Amino acid sequence: MSFFLEVLVGGLLAGVMYSLVAIGFVLIYKASGVFNFAQGSLVLFGALTFVSLVERHVAPWLAFAATLAVLVLIAMAIERVVLRPLVNRMPIVLFMATLGLSFILEGAAQLFWGAQVHGLDLGIDDKPLQLGGVMISQFDLFAAATAGVLVIALSLMTSRTRLGLSLRAVADDPLAALAVGIRLPRIWAVVWSLAGFVSLVAGLLWGARLGVQFSLSLVVLKALPVLIIGGFSSIGGAIAGGLLVGASEKLAEVYIGSAIGGGIENWFPYVLALLFLLARPAGLFGEPAVERV
Amino acid sequence: MSNLVMRRPGLNVSTPSASGLVLIASLAALAAVPGVASEYWLSAVLTPFLILSLAGLGLNLLTGYAGQLSLGSAAFMAIGAYATYNFAVRLPGLSLLVDLALGGLSTAAIATVFGLPSLRIKGFYLIASTLAAQFFVEWLLTKVSWFSNDDTSGVLSAPRLSIFGWSIATPVSRYQFVLGVVVVLFAAAASLVRSELGRRWMAVRDMDTAAAVIGIPIGRTKLLAFAVSSFVIGIAGALWAFAYLGTVEPHGFDLNLSFQVLFIIIIGGMGSISGNFYGAAFIVLLPIALSHAAGALAAIGVDVGQLQNLQKILFGVLIILFLIKEPDGLARLVQIARQRLRDWPLRA
Amino acid sequence: MTSLERPLPLSTEPLLSLDRISLSFGGVKAIADISFDVRQGEICALIGPNGAGKSSLLNVINGVYRPQQGTVTFDGTGSRRMNPHDAAHRGIARTFQNIALFRRMSVLDNVLTGRNLHRGSTWLEQTFRVGRARRDEATQRRYAEVVIEALDLPRVRDSIVGTLSYGVQKRVELARALAAEPRLLLLDEPMAGMTTDEKRAMAGFIVDANEQFGVTVVLIEHDIGVVMDLSDHIVVLDYGKKIADGSPAEVRVDPGVLAAYLGTRH
Repeated sequence: MSFFLEVLVGGLLAGVMYSLVAIGFVLIYKASGVFNFAQGSLVLFGALTFVSLVERHVAPWLAFAATLAVLVLIAMAIERVVLRPLVNRMPIVLFMATLGLSFILEGAAQLFWGAQVHGLDLGIDDKPLQLGGVMISQFDLFAAATAGVLVIALSLMTSRTRLGLSLRAVADDPLAALAVGIRLPRIWAVVWSLAGFVSLVAGLLWGARLGVQFSLSLVVLKALPVLIIGGFSSIGGAIAGGLLVGASEKLAEVYIGSAIGGGIENWFPYVLALLFLLARPAGLFGEPAVERV
Repeated sequence: MSNLVMRRPGLNVSTPSASGLVLIASLAALAAVPGVASEYWLSAVLTPFLILSLAGLGLNLLTGYAGQLSLGSAAFMAIGAYATYNFAVRLPGLSLLVDLALGGLSTAAIATVFGLPSLRIKGFYLIASTLAAQFFVEWLLTKVSWFSNDDTSGVLSAPRLSIFGWSIATPVSRYQFVLGVVVVLFAAAASLVRSELGRRWMAVRDMDTAAAVIGIPIGRTKLLAFAVSSFVIGIAGALWAFAYLGTVEPHGFDLNLSFQVLFIIIIGGMGSISGNFYGAAFIVLLPIALSHAAGALAAIGVDVGQLQNLQKILFGVLIILFLIKEPDGLARLVQIARQRLRDWPLRA
Repeated sequence: MTSLERPLPLSTEPLLSLDRISLSFGGVKAIADISFDVRQGEICALIGPNGAGKSSLLNVINGVYRPQQGTVTFDGTGSRRMNPHDAAHRGIARTFQNIALFRRMSVLDNVLTGRNLHRGSTWLEQTFRVGRARRDEATQRRYAEVVIEALDLPRVRDSIVGTLSYGVQKRVELARALAAEPRLLLLDEPMAGMTTDEKRAMAGFIVDANEQFGVTVVLIEHDIGVVMDLSDHIVVLDYGKKIADGSPAEVRVDPGVLAAYLGTRH
C-alpha cells in the first residue's frame, strides 16, 4: 500500500508542475483566445537564458529579472507581430502560427546558448523525506509548494482585485471591455508578463528536475492533454487536469507499463485526453461552444 | 464567420485543365531527369522530394480539403512502412505493388480508427487524437517485436525490391519506381477532389453544420477523408523506408516528421494538389541552399555549425509569413504569377 | 420544361402541419403552444416583432431544434425527434439568416453540393470516371445549370462565393436549396439587407421557385409590403405565441395583429 501511495504522491507532485505549465497556456488563452503552442519553447528559452546567465556568473536574482524581462518582451512581440494579424482566422491557423513560432524560439535558443545539457541547481537537496511511511522527494515537495503558492496567488488576484476583474472582462468580451474603458494593451501586457513569470518558474523547476535541455519542450507538450481534460480557459481546470494527468501517468507506468514493456508515459496522457474528449467534448471545466446558425 | 476568404474574384479552387497540361509537362520532364542528373541528385534530392510530395498530398486531402487537422502523419507513414515490410517478408509470393497496396489499406484501416473521434470532437481539439496516434504508434512499433519480424536490432533493412522481374536496386530505378507511383496517385487524387467527395470534404471543412443541413453525411465523409488520406500517406511511408532510407525504424517517424509534412502543406498550399510539389521542393531544397550559402554566411561571421538552427528559425518565419500573407501558399503564388504572365502581353 | 419544373399538385392534405409546438431554452420559453398548417404549393409567411420565435420555429421544422412538446408532421409522417440530415432527406431545404454558404468554393460547386442527395454513383466510380459516374456528373451539372440560370447567376458561376456581394450570396444560397429539388423550402429572412430593387428581384425568384419548381415555401420576412404581395398565407407570432393565422386580407385587419404592431397594451 505504501508503494502505491508513493507512486501516487510522486505523480501528484509531478502533476502540480504540469499544472504550472498549463496555467501559462490558460492565461494566454483567456487573454487572446489562442492556444499558444510556442509556450513550451518560451519555457525552454527562459530556462536556457537563466542558466546561461548564471553560468556566466550573473547573480541569480538579476538573471531571473533579466530573463523575465526578455520573456515578457518576446511574448509581447509575439502578440503584436504574429497574433494580431491573424486575429480573425480559424483556431487551426493560429495554432499553426504558434507552431512556427516554437520553431523560431527553439532555433534561436540553441543558436544563442548552444545545444548541450545544462545542469540547474536551485540549492535544494533531493533527499527523500519520510512522511507517514511514504517516501517523498524533497525537491518535488518544494516544487509543488512553489507551484501551489503561485496558483493561490493567481486565483486570489483574478477573483479579488480590480486588475483581476479587468482581466476576466477582457477574456470574456474584449469589445465590451473597451467600451467600459479598460485599456486593452495594458491588460495584455499584464497577462503576458504573468504568463512569462509562470513559464519561467515552471521552466526553472522542470529544468532543475530534468536538466535544461531540448527535451524540455516535449515534456511541456504534455500540457496539451492537461488542458484538454481541464478545459482551456480555467485555472482550476488546469490544476485538476494536471493532477489527474500526473497521477494517472505515473500509476499507469508502474502498474500497467511494467506488464507491457514500459514507456507508457509517452502516450498515456494523450489517450486519456482523447477518452475525456469523447465523453465531454468541451473538457471537464471548459465551456461548450454554442454554434448559432 | 469563416475567414480564409480568397480575395480575388474569378480564380477557382478547382484548377482548370491548362494547369493540368503544365503538370503533365513537368512530370514528363521529371521522367527524363535520370538522363541528366547525377546519382547524388537522384537519391538524395529528387527521390525524397517525390516521396514527401506524396506524403503532403495525403495530409492535404485530410487537412487541406476536409479540414481535419492531423499531427500524426509520421505515425501513419510508419504504419505503412511496417505493414508493407511485414507483407513483403511474411508473404513472399506477393508482388511488390500488392504489398504496397496492402500496406496502404492497412494504414487506412488503422487511421480510420483514430479518425473516429472526429465524429464527436471538432476543430482544434482533434489534435488530441492524432497526437495520441503519433506517440502510441511510435511506442507500439518499438515495443512489439512481431512488427519487426522479431529482429532484435531495432533497425530493419528494407527488403530487395523487384516487380515483374525488374530489379529496383539502383538510384535510377528507385527514382523511376517512385515517380510511377507518385504519378498514379496524384492523378487519382486530382480526379477525386474534383468529384462529389471532394466537394463534400470542402463543405465539411467550410461549415459542417450547413453541410449536415443540406443532407451531406458528415460522419462518413470525415472517415473517408481519414481512410483515403492515410492510404496515400501509408504508401508514402513505405516508399520513404524502402526507396529512400533503405531502413525501417520507428524513431525515424517521429513528431518532427509530422511537423515537416504539415509544413509542406502550409507552405505549398492547403486545398491544392500541385502545392504539395512546391512545399516538398521547398523543404528538400532549403537545407541544401543553406549549406551552399554556408560559405557566404561564414564570411559574415555565422558559424556553419549553426546551420541547423538557422534553418529552423527560417522555417518558423516562413510558416508565419505564409499564414499571414498568403494562406493558400506557394500554389496560389504560382497561380497569380501565371495569371500575370498571361496578362503581360496585353498590358503593354 | 425540364424535370425540375413541375406543376403544383392539387392536394387537400397539408404538406406541413405543426401541432402544439412548445420550445424552451433553459428557463426561457421561445415558442408556446403553436399550431398551424401549410398547404402544398402555397407561400406562407411568418411575421412578427423581433424575438417572437420565428427563427426558432423554422429550426424546429427542419430538426435543428427539438421541441419539448408537440409534433411536426411533414408529408403525412409525424415526428418530434428529427435531425437536419433526416429533414434534408425528406425534402426540406432551407436558407439561413447568416448565410451558411461554403465560402471558399465557387458558386457552381456550392449549388452542386445541393445535389448531393441525388447522386447516383460512388466516390470510387467518380475518381476513376467509370461506370455511372460520367452520366451522373452530367446530370447533376445540368440540374445545377438550370437553377443557376433561373436565379440569374450564370455570370458569377465560377466566382468564389466569399468574394461576392451580400445580395448575390443570398441568391446563391437560394440556388443551393433549390438544387436539392425540395418539397418544402424554408427561407430565413431572404431579403434582409437588400435594396428595394434587390428585394423585388428576390421576390420574383421566390415566386418562380413556387410556381415553376413547384416548391412550397415558408419564409420569415420583416417587410410587410413584400409579405402582403408575396404570400398566400400569413402566420403572425408575438412573444412565442400565434396571434393570427390567415390570408393577407384577413391578417391585415386583425385587431390582435394591429395591437402587437402598434403597441397597444396586451
